[in-house]
Amino acid sequence: MKWIRLALPVAAPAAPQAGAQENYHGRVATPSPPSAAAAPEVEWARRLLEGDASAFTPFVESIQHRVFQYTWLMCGQREDAEEVAQETLLKVFENFDQLQDPARVRAWVFRIAKNFCLMKRRRSVFAPERELSLDELLPGTEDVARSSQLEDRAELPDQRLLRAELNAELERALRELPDTYRSVVLLRDVEGLSTAETAEILDLSLDVVKQRLHRGRLALRKSLARYLGGNGEVKQK
Amino acid sequence: MTRHEHTHHSHGARDPRCLEIFARLSEYLDGELGEMDCRLIEEHIQDCKPCIDFVRSLRRSIEAAHTYHAEVEPPQLPPELESRLKQAWQEALRRRKSA
Repeated sequence: MKWIRLALPVAAPAAPQAGAQENYHGRVATPSPPSAAAAPEVEWARRLLEGDASAFTPFVESIQHRVFQYTWLMCGQREDAEEVAQETLLKVFENFDQLQDPARVRAWVFRIAKNFCLMKRRRSVFAPERELSLDELLPGTEDVARSSQLEDRAELPDQRLLRAELNAELERALRELPDTYRSVVLLRDVEGLSTAETAEILDLSLDVVKQRLHRGRLALRKSLARYLGGNGEVKQK
Repeated sequence: MTRHEHTHHSHGARDPRCLEIFARLSEYLDGELGEMDCRLIEEHIQDCKPCIDFVRSLRRSIEAAHTYHAEVEPPQLPPELESRLKQAWQEALRRRKSA
């Protein structure tokens, strides 16, 4: 049936959590991007704990890149993002003996980064400032009508340009999210951490993470609809 | 989730049955719902154009988020900071061994 394809689970970023059930199709979502547990940082962290100096540079470069991407979108200012990323790196190595499980290194690092972001902002950027109501995030009839129109006029512009444009639109859309939702979407959908890891990093319950993730995704969808079209197809410019 | 009598109804973006589905779509797309909940969602959306469009656009948005990368590169680490990091790591290793 036509709808089965649409209903297939999106490539979820995180490994299935304990207790997660298989869905109707008898499978759980395929991780994409690679789940945090399978990230190369895990192996480098393990080697660093064993004293292998050859893992130092790749670990630093990878972690610095990931942390900076997070702080870049959470802090707002490049100068703050750089400062927080460097403070995070230093704290990571100062406390490296406290890393118990290399498989959880990214969650551990992001928890440190989150704390520095909080200090930088001098207020809880993760406390709800503005709740997004489901009602304001749902499609209107005009959204559906537009999606039908866009489906009929699909063309294939240059793919690389398209990806760059999409990335820029994504950054704009992510920045527009209220902080509370942006932090959850970044950790879950951009960084590929699990719901449980995200909850631990942000000191939230699983239910709150799920709720904020859903509303954050809905807001992202709505924001990107201007670019992707109401049905998610790339809009011809 | 309460089960509706599934009849062909006039679906619309604000149909209460659609709204109930919308509220759980992230969990559905993440494979976090049980079989019964998945079946209820699929039974509902099979003939519902607004729901199909909505699922499709939400999925595309999530997939797009997976591909995001900051265009701005982090600055190169100053040599003195790199030395501090290496020193901190070695001290941490020493503590770990002596613990």
